[in-house]
Amino acid sequence: MRDLSMHITDIVQNSVRAQAKLVQLTIEEKEDWLIFTFEDDGTGMDEETVKKVTDPFFTSRTTRKVGLGLPLFKQNAEMTGGSLVIFSELGKGTEVKVVMGLNHIDRPPMGDLPSTVAMIITGNPDVDMVFKYIKSDSEFSLDSREVKEALDGMDIRMPQVTSFLKEMIDENLKEIKVNL
Amino acid sequence: MTKVKSLADLRKMKEEMANKVQLREKGDHPDQLVQVKVSMATCGIASGAKEVMNHLIDQLDQQAIEAVVTQTGCMGYCYAEPTIEVTLPNSSPVVFGYVDTKKASEIISRYIIRGELVDGIIPVNYETVNEKKKD
Repeated sequence: MRDLSMHITDIVQNSVRAQAKLVQLTIEEKEDWLIFTFEDDGTGMDEETVKKVTDPFFTSRTTRKVGLGLPLFKQNAEMTGGSLVIFSELGKGTEVKVVMGLNHIDRPPMGDLPSTVAMIITGNPDVDMVFKYIKSDSEFSLDSREVKEALDGMDIRMPQVTSFLKEMIDENLKEIKVNL
Repeated sequence: MTKVKSLADLRKMKEEMANKVQLREKGDHPDQLVQVKVSMATCGIASGAKEVMNHLIDQLDQQAIEAVVTQTGCMGYCYAEPTIEVTLPNSSPVVFGYVDTKKASEIISRYIIRGELVDGIIPVNYETVNEKKKD
């Protein structure tokens, strides 16, 4: 994975596949750390599965024999002195918390975060998403339920909506001085 | 200071579009829309599916093509990522493999607009590892 936005797309896709109805992604810059929290209300995992999910040769899929999303993200986090931890409960949902060294030389770049978030929101119309970017003195948040309300029946999957959201997220993140 | 876009601007955009064209409502004849699904699992993302999806959205928006683009999980064709599935109105879905931005443009201009078949289609009789095992 070349950048952190790719990891975000990947981990959110896990929630979508776990039949989540709501995914909350929070990115926080706290002192010298960059913290990602993914919370979903999907099917969740039992204790045994949670232990195995960061093993690259474990997957719940039947179409292939490897599962690299979480192991790659964990490896990247650990390379910056951080960690990846998973809390999950069957039937309740899953939380993945990733901590990375914000200014560590091995931290991958953020990548195109605005288009990543916009494409997750419009590309998974049946899943709601709350996106938050928190800095020490400011924050930006976007709730896809409010987007759907603003669209008042218009199909959220239309390319015009994605293009608009990309610009809106980009401008708002720049406004709170996120280093994109 | 320049004004930053908000959801109020999204409402305005929606109203402007509603004045120009008869706006397609959610669930309103979905079979009459071109539907594009981009495979977005680890294999697809690592192969460039995000760039392809971005490119498709930009091009469909610029060319004002009535289409919707969504994400989907691994379709089992990891060897041919990025893969996309295109469903034209009243047609069966067609899966294209090894799609880069150039291929995506070709799929729009030739398959979506003109209905011509282009190279790179993954045949429907392809079997995943698991399906083979069952035989």
